[in-house]
Amino acid sequence: MADSALHDIPSVYEPSLFGTYSKKIGMWLFLLSDSLTFGALLYAYSYGRISTANWPTPFHSESIVNATIMTAFLLTSSLTMVLAVRASVDHNAKAQTLWLLATMACGAGFIILHGREWSNLIAEGLTLPMFPKVLGHEAASEFVNVSQTVPQFASTFFTLTGMHMLHVTLGVIYLGVVALRRKFIPILLVLWLVAWLTTPAYSPFHYGAHVLLIAAIVCAIILWLKPKVYDSSDVEVAGLYWHFVDLVWMFIFPLVYLMSAKIL
Amino acid sequence: MATHESAAHASHAHGAPQGFIRKWIFSLDHKVIGLQYYFLALTAVFVGMFLSLLMRIHLIWPTATLPFFGEIKPETYLSLLTMHGTIMVFFVLTTAPQGGFGNYFLPIQIGAPDMAFPVLNMLSFWTTFLGFIVLLAAFVVTGGAPLHGWTGYAPLSALQSAGPGEGLGADLWITSIAIFCIGALMGALNFITTTLDMRAKGMTMMRMPLTVWAWFVTAILGLLAFGVLLSAGILLLMDRNLGTSFFVPLVTVNGQLTGHKGGSPLLWQHLFWFFGHPEVYIAILPAMGMCSQLLSVFSRKPIFGYKAMVYAIMAIGFLGFMVWGHHMFMSGMSPYTAFAFSIMTMGIGVPSAIKTFNWLGTLMRGRIRFTSPMLFAIGFVSLFVTGGISGPFLAQPVLDIYLHETYFVIAHFHLIMGVASIFGIFAATYYWFPKMFGRMMNEPLAKLHFWLTFVGAYAIFMPMHYYGMSAGLRRYSQSTEVAFILKLLPIQRFITIAAFITIASQFIFVINLFWSMFKGAKASDNPWEATTLEWITATPPPHDNFGGRTPVVNNGPYEYSVPGAPRDFVMQSDPEIKPKH
Ligand code: HEM
Ligand SMILES: [Cu+2]
Repeated sequence: MADSALHDIPSVYEPSLFGTYSKKIGMWLFLLSDSLTFGALLYAYSYGRISTANWPTPFHSESIVNATIMTAFLLTSSLTMVLAVRASVDHNAKAQTLWLLATMACGAGFIILHGREWSNLIAEGLTLPMFPKVLGHEAASEFVNVSQTVPQFASTFFTLTGMHMLHVTLGVIYLGVVALRRKFIPILLVLWLVAWLTTPAYSPFHYGAHVLLIAAIVCAIILWLKPKVYDSSDVEVAGLYWHFVDLVWMFIFPLVYLMSAKIL
Repeated sequence: MATHESAAHASHAHGAPQGFIRKWIFSLDHKVIGLQYYFLALTAVFVGMFLSLLMRIHLIWPTATLPFFGEIKPETYLSLLTMHGTIMVFFVLTTAPQGGFGNYFLPIQIGAPDMAFPVLNMLSFWTTFLGFIVLLAAFVVTGGAPLHGWTGYAPLSALQSAGPGEGLGADLWITSIAIFCIGALMGALNFITTTLDMRAKGMTMMRMPLTVWAWFVTAILGLLAFGVLLSAGILLLMDRNLGTSFFVPLVTVNGQLTGHKGGSPLLWQHLFWFFGHPEVYIAILPAMGMCSQLLSVFSRKPIFGYKAMVYAIMAIGFLGFMVWGHHMFMSGMSPYTAFAFSIMTMGIGVPSAIKTFNWLGTLMRGRIRFTSPMLFAIGFVSLFVTGGISGPFLAQPVLDIYLHETYFVIAHFHLIMGVASIFGIFAATYYWFPKMFGRMMNEPLAKLHFWLTFVGAYAIFMPMHYYGMSAGLRRYSQSTEVAFILKLLPIQRFITIAAFITIASQFIFVINLFWSMFKGAKASDNPWEATTLEWITATPPPHDNFGGRTPVVNNGPYEYSVPGAPRDFVMQSDPEIKPKH
């Protein structure tokens, strides 16, 4: 890394206020701003929930169990991320890549479970008015009723979890670039094709898959502009992002799922 | 031990980029990016000004057909004011002082070779540029530009069927705002990191020029506020296009149910103003910083109360997040909440007053040099006071119930945010032009420009106070249809004439700007005899700002008329002096 230009002459600058390197400060600042972005969404959620007299609590045990497993995936991924950072500090390139891949695998598991959950809920009738209709499927579950009587429920559910899912997806891609660099771009393209072709046209993921395509293009541009070997500071900064996304889930899981669980 | 982001140095190590595209279009150099922002804002301000002129014409000649827009219907008028406000607030007042001058001079003033993240810097400009194009596109799509004002109140802004401009035009508007947020966030992150991490040796936080402090705190405000607006924008887009009901209650349009229910327009107002109030300080803080800087330079005196100024900036930034409710007194808010917001709002007056008194204290017994940048800086203080005085009136919920949605509010915020911030931009332009282009601007023309603009601004906006107190409504185009408003028409006539003259005199500025770029007298490296670091380097500054070395700072930024010093100013990089005051 070209950082050396400055490592050689450290006395040219005032010591940083937080005694750390720019990229890390930059990431902390991004996370600060992102937490306000999520904060605003959570505020919108609370606003809707408080101002609605009979907020529905329709999540049955399958949803809760599923979400708990998702949570476990994320918690595990935080652990593997820590191990990846540790490996990078020890200059153990192989372990670093492996732990990063493990983290990505957990993230991918989370996304897949979550995607399945979304699809099930949509099939059961929890939808937004403009979601394409599920063909040949007449749902008659409680969710149909919920979507009609309290539209806020589906709106906030899909917005909050969707925004978070987007963050996890971008996180997996971020880690993929750090771990594999150029080799990750073809993988990303394959993933995009798979996600796009295997999802039915009415599914939000059919369109959502294009996030992967856009990400592949952006990553390609970045790697072309700045071809470099990522060092331990890059892994650490990526880790900050990853832990933050986990942390956000620790708000969404209780607020969106547990507090709307059906208790018999 | 601190290490530093490499990119700045990596790109500079290879020397200045060659070729037009790498040098001027996709440049990574903060100075070029600063100029790009500046000229974007200059373009935007002329579009915005043109729109305001059309509105003024319509108000006094309701039947006149206008260029581009033909006959003005009430909804056309709403489109005009929406686009005027949005362009001015986002693409002028947020763009020029922070993106423009901040980008150009923050790194130089702290002795850095560039911003911490040059690529991000470039991206933030091009994102902002894209936002501007998307916004302008709203003019040409079917239905035209949106009607909902720069504040985008729901449900008007949330329903495709709510009016002619609320179809594609409104979608473009929100998309543009969201894009702008992303650009502003990238910029803010960069500014903060640069200030924290790239200060030259000896440039401690308390030796930073007040301009740097202002850009720094502005960036913090932007970092926190734009993230919220981004969320609000996303929710609004979902309401419009996915059928969610965050902001829309059960309403009908033309007797038809809209299919939405359960949402709250107040949620939009909360989210918007949580951003909106910090935003007004984002527009004014850099101008405050520049004003402090210039008053000290041209009074040949240290700034009065440097520390107080720094703490006042921070206090304003902090309190700025606690007062958004004063825009919502009329929304059915509980009187207790209104009371709390009212107290907080008046509280902001305290640091604002501290700054004002410090400016006056700086001027007092100074050896003032009435150059054109100084005139604009003094003009800024005047406008800030005049516009600020109407604030505490509006901050009384009881008074605001009457004054809300009248021209009184228009007068308040145009003086304090619009014109005052523009004066900051003018002052900075006249002051830094020699450094940026290596030539001086024409002084007599600049002075003429100042007097016309200064008198013109008061002539336009002072009468609006009376118009508002007589219940003249804002965002209302039928100036001849209602009896009591018709009686106020002479005021509108006067304002329109003043606006004509003031707008015309801005061409003096533009001509001066471009003429001086090529034909102005050559400038020396430090024509104003100022102390900060941009004046120790060549004019215009080399690619890495200081020609391969990094300055070492030994003095504070405002060492003027130091007893015993050889000159009446001591550069920040001069050997250390022990000031006696
Ligand atoms: C002592 C300081 C200030 C006080 C007490 C104050 C108070 C207020 C109040 C109560 C309103 C709401 C009026 C209404 O809508 O009915 C308002 C509007 C506004 N103020 Fe201030 N203000 C102050 C300073 C500033 C500053 C420094 C700026 C900008 C730099 C600013 C910009 C605005 C803007 C843009 C609006 C109106 C936005 C809109 O409705 O379109 N104010 N102010
Ligand atoms: Cu305000």
